[in-house]
Amino acid sequence: MSRPSLADLERIAREIRGEVIAMSHRADTPHLGSALSCVDMLVACYFSGALRVDPSNPRNPDRDRIILSKGHGAMALYAVLAYRGFFPREELLTFNREGSRFQEHPGPHTAPGIEVATGSLGHGLAVGLGMALAARSLQKNYRVAAIISDGECNEGSTWEAALFAAANKLSNVIVMIDYNKWQATGRSDEVLALRPLREKWAAFGWDAVEIDGHDLKALVEFLDAPASDRPRIAVCHTIKGKGCSFMEDDNNWHYRVPTAEEVEKARKELGLA
Amino acid sequence: MRNAFASEITKLAEADPRIHLLSGDIGNRLFNDFQAKCPGRFFNCGVAEANMISVGAGMALCGLKPVAYTITTFITARCFEQIKLDVCYNEAPLVIVGVGSGLAYASLGPTHHAFEDMAILRTLPGLTILAPADPPEVRTALRAALAHGGPVYMRIGKKGEPTLMPDPPPFQIGKGRILRKGADACLLSTGVVLSETLHAAEALAARGIQATVVHMPTVKPLDAELLGDMFRTHRVIGVVEEHSRIGGFSSAVLEWAADAEAFGPRLLRFGLPDAFIHESGEQEYARGFCGIRGEQIAENVARALEP
Repeated sequence: MSRPSLADLERIAREIRGEVIAMSHRADTPHLGSALSCVDMLVACYFSGALRVDPSNPRNPDRDRIILSKGHGAMALYAVLAYRGFFPREELLTFNREGSRFQEHPGPHTAPGIEVATGSLGHGLAVGLGMALAARSLQKNYRVAAIISDGECNEGSTWEAALFAAANKLSNVIVMIDYNKWQATGRSDEVLALRPLREKWAAFGWDAVEIDGHDLKALVEFLDAPASDRPRIAVCHTIKGKGCSFMEDDNNWHYRVPTAEEVEKARKELGLA
Repeated sequence: MRNAFASEITKLAEADPRIHLLSGDIGNRLFNDFQAKCPGRFFNCGVAEANMISVGAGMALCGLKPVAYTITTFITARCFEQIKLDVCYNEAPLVIVGVGSGLAYASLGPTHHAFEDMAILRTLPGLTILAPADPPEVRTALRAALAHGGPVYMRIGKKGEPTLMPDPPPFQIGKGRILRKGADACLLSTGVVLSETLHAAEALAARGIQATVVHMPTVKPLDAELLGDMFRTHRVIGVVEEHSRIGGFSSAVLEWAADAEAFGPRLLRFGLPDAFIHESGEQEYARGFCGIRGEQIAENVARALEP
């Protein structure tokens, strides 16, 4: 299958952002800023062809496993899965409605394509390491890609996982940190001492690089790069609320929900209206 | 019991390449045989229990049969949320084995006393809870746990527990066993404290009181049918566990009794009090402190039977 062009990926990312903003409004659901900052990583994972996913056979044992460990970005994940064909887009309309399988955080029965239930931080990466170990044991060559948040690097379990992956040389693990510089109540570099983040991961034995987390070309190159002898991580510099001028880097949008007018304004900025 | 565990898992893993063993930096040399016979399937996960549970969940979600093993307090309370979410919510068939349950590590102090594990884990949907009583039953319970296909927590002792039930039948999850029959009282027991429960029955017999002894190695789900029979046919029921009297086996029995409207017999609960143990001492001493020695159980049951 030929790969989509960079322009295609960028268009998809814009459409996903428009969808996510509308979802937040429709369902009166927060975490919009966090969802918008990880859209490009999710698009790179699910649409670029760098990772093997197949909506027609979502449980294929040889698939690459993609884990959104920062489960509060679920709106972006749901939109990406719908647009990728894992389930009908119309189902997004049920998001966070009573009786819907689409809760605010992804669960084990939410939708095909979701590998792990997340929502409490510091879990997804470690579960992914078990999946990576299983690949080795079962002599399969699938990879595990996890998207974690900078706030998630507050959790001790994240660093337990970092140590374990390095000790076991889990070169089939790739991680992207959505480093949008904010967590729920403050700057992530100030709440706890995260900086220098790339150096910390490198010191923990990872092959660590820094990239622009909204540069789809850079993200796909990172996913495509040949495995080294150790787990790889990209500290992805991102902007919370990315794609919408009046949300960008404004942490009020961790909890704020857009009005109908704001949805329209955002869609215009994204070139969708 | 831990030697039985090590020997049995080695035997099972030799026959099933899906079985993997995760350990939290304990069992030095205990698993040498496993490592020699099953190379590449033993992982020392270090002193990082939360990560170990998550890793085990991930392995289980990919078709392996992982078993995570370390000291009970650290593999339960420390990583409760990992068990709740990564294992139970994801429906990952991980077998979690806590060694040194109850008062097995009595002399190490309350950091190592596991008196709350069943209470907290019993709240988790889909988790099966097993408490085998002796080394042979550790073997049969482990077999059943690995064949179960869902999350299992198994609390075991450490070393040197006596064999109480030689040649046990295949372990049936959710089924209890009547070990002794008597018309006066019924003692329901789970886990290694069965030795004290059997002593209690002997001590009662010496006083002319006949006690039924039921071993219930599955704390969740309970054997409701057997409980119903016992509640119908006995005047006094004693529930014995090496665990807090809050939230564990006796609480499970009380919850069952309320739901089944089975109140009738006098119910006595033998377990750890709502207090930390600040005194040094080995397991037997600590059991005496808590009132779960055989003679103490017998004394209280006999008193309850007095007209």
